[in-house]
Amino acid sequence: MVRPLMIPSTDLAAGIRHHALRMVSAANASHIGGVLSMADTLAVLYSGVLKVFPDQPGHPDRDRFILSKGHCCAGVYAALALRGFFPLSELDSYGQDGSRLMTHISHKVPGVEFSTGSLGHGLPFALGKALAARRKGLPWRSFALLSDGELDEGSNWEAILLAPQHQLDNLVLIIDYNKIQSLGAVSEVIELEPLRAKLEAFRWAVREVDGHNHADLHAALSSLPFSKGQPSCLITHTTKGKGVDYMENQIAWHYRAPNADLLAKALAQLEQNPS
Amino acid sequence: MRTAFIEELTAQARLNPAIFLVVGDLGYSVIEPFAAEFPDRFLNAGVAEQNMAGLAAGLASEGFHVFTYSIANFPTLRCLEQIRNDICYHNLPVTSVAVGAGLAYGNLGYSHHAVQDIAIFRTLPNLRLLSPADPGEARGAVQWLSANPCPSYLRLGKAGEKHLYSSPPLSPDPVVVQQGNPDVALVATGSVLSIALETAALEAAAGRPAPTVFSMPWLHPASPATTAALRSFKHVICLEEHIREGGLREMLASLLPRSIRVSGLALPSDATVAVGSQNFLRAAAGLTATHAQQLILSRDDDA
Repeated sequence: MVRPLMIPSTDLAAGIRHHALRMVSAANASHIGGVLSMADTLAVLYSGVLKVFPDQPGHPDRDRFILSKGHCCAGVYAALALRGFFPLSELDSYGQDGSRLMTHISHKVPGVEFSTGSLGHGLPFALGKALAARRKGLPWRSFALLSDGELDEGSNWEAILLAPQHQLDNLVLIIDYNKIQSLGAVSEVIELEPLRAKLEAFRWAVREVDGHNHADLHAALSSLPFSKGQPSCLITHTTKGKGVDYMENQIAWHYRAPNADLLAKALAQLEQNPS
Repeated sequence: MRTAFIEELTAQARLNPAIFLVVGDLGYSVIEPFAAEFPDRFLNAGVAEQNMAGLAAGLASEGFHVFTYSIANFPTLRCLEQIRNDICYHNLPVTSVAVGAGLAYGNLGYSHHAVQDIAIFRTLPNLRLLSPADPGEARGAVQWLSANPCPSYLRLGKAGEKHLYSSPPLSPDPVVVQQGNPDVALVATGSVLSIALETAALEAAAGRPAPTVFSMPWLHPASPATTAALRSFKHVICLEEHIREGGLREMLASLLPRSIRVSGLALPSDATVAVGSQNFLRAAAGLTATHAQQLILSRDDDA
């Protein structure tokens, strides 16, 4: 199958949302809210920011992308299939018996670097890759996409402490800051604010964007590193469940899967309001 | 043993450009020569073992064979999930090196006693568990690892362990350290091999046939050779500086035919609050040559 080498990020975002909704509905799987909040970021990353080689997923020159919020893998699988890493039809097997599309991200899937699922593992691993590139003098970059609730994990802060010590400006931390974690609002569970000031105090170069504004996302992700000699952090302010009105900012959609009626309603909304 | 480890690792690093050493801010007066000779293949990850294990997996995924180095339970239990998920599940060549096996850190207390590690690491996928008895076995383990990069745990003693015998290159086979009684095998893993040899000497001095002494620097996974080497004995006595649950004795008991009596000396699973040296704590736990002699003579499975 011939696919265009590059897809406009808005088209890719619409495709990610469409397929992810179908996948979690069919699999009766959780976590669609966090998939929809990061869908635009994924779309901008996979429509030109990340250097990827769909025909050679392990190409040595690729940028490395680690999804640390592994429960939201439906969005990454959709992005990879839409970019041609594997057939779109395989998305139908998400979470099904015998599939390779595990419902926490799996490194057995072409284009996936690292399996996660337990939170707080992605950034240390991405740091190790960034360090490897630095020590070998290689130009590729290492990205880790984390959730906000995941920042409760101490292992992240260990990595956040270490990366500036070695001037790893090839390491990029993206935070999907949708303000809702598993049992409540982030501000009510463990407040992260002032998040930007925290990260800057830890010697990271930080930018904040509206995580649903493709132009702003693209502008930020096209100007890496934000500061030479410092690791970069992009805080994307997002809405959990973005794009489906009955899911937006609703904690229940961290868990629920849409039934056939709700799925039809969600897909209809996407048709009317493409991102 | 830690000196033999670092000397051999440094020697291997001269031959093998993949070797990378990450330390958890420990190893004063041990790791400096490696850091000085290979600054591009050395990192102090600070006092942060979860990150150390995770970044080691990241380095390993890009072609390095990473040795993470710290003491006691810090490079193992503190970051067990990183070892399970990031290293073992992805089958990445990271060797977790812990100095201070068993009670080696004596009076530093229970926090520093690595006595559950064998039981836990035997359950991890893709992992090799190496438990050398003396500096020679430690060198052999590093040589083998350098040639066979894999998820692995290297359980080292501390410092000052005596050279006990001339060990062959590491293999999955149990090593016959001293031939003796064809019916009674004394099998040790780690530095308690010295107790096994002492037991054999005491038995000989008492005019009785000394047991055949084995060392098992390769502890897990067991190979068919493990069973083959031991199945001709009537009584296999295990010595381990580890709690009884999940250790060497339970492993061999599950492998050998039920017709073979498997007994042994191990540590109690209760947390010790006693203060003392390694030898003091071993004696308090009954992990001595005298107790091993009683086990040889007794009809019961415990001395």
